[in-house]
Amino acid sequence: MATYRYRALEPVPFGFPTRPLPGARVALVTTGAVYAPGQPPFDDSARGGDVSFREIPSDVDVSTLGIAHKSDAFDQSGFLADRNLGFPLDRLREMAAQGEIKELNQRHLSFMGSITAPGRLLAQTAPAAADLLVADRVDVALLVPL
Amino acid sequence: MCHQTVGLVAGELERRGIATTSVSVLREITGKVRTPRALFADFPLGAPLGRPHDAELQTRILRAAFALLSHPGPPPVLVDFAPGLPQPGSHGRY
Repeated sequence: MATYRYRALEPVPFGFPTRPLPGARVALVTTGAVYAPGQPPFDDSARGGDVSFREIPSDVDVSTLGIAHKSDAFDQSGFLADRNLGFPLDRLREMAAQGEIKELNQRHLSFMGSITAPGRLLAQTAPAAADLLVADRVDVALLVPL
Repeated sequence: MCHQTVGLVAGELERRGIATTSVSVLREITGKVRTPRALFADFPLGAPLGRPHDAELQTRILRAAFALLSHPGPPPVLVDFAPGLPQPGSHGRY
């Protein structure tokens, strides 16, 4: 992996939220390959990586989420014991209940992080995912890598 | 790879006007990808929110990540999480 050339954002797109956090609708995006009950898992054998994503309903019980990530690059025991370690929806709910965040979006997004060939991610699935959150009028997205 | 995916998806969101912030446990890779905003939390790969069942730590990391939304830039914004210090934004501002 020492010779892998990472894709870099150039220039870096960068904007400020239209509303302060206590007035903002927030969506969570993880690369932890979680999927909700009834959804298909990710394909860990896809060449270059599975670039699909799942829409996770905001009212999901996080302990019921499946994890398709088979990366052996890290110890998964913590994530298996507490999904909030990579999909901190319970923490965001608490922040919303405290008024630190106005509200959580109706859906959150899950990718499988182990994408070595991101061409289709950049051309298709990441734009499609972003369009969903635009349609939902999301103000702020929090992204968590796994 | 997961950190590259986070950066690239964040880029798509920012291009469409959604402000993003993120957590990273791999400072060097996040720096290479030039993720728009990232909080470097020095925890093992697989544990970006620190520790399982440690809600207090997880919430502090989230507040610090959200605090980056008011960082003036220029991007990329990559800031270290300081576990022992009160974080800006911990009082509902950012």
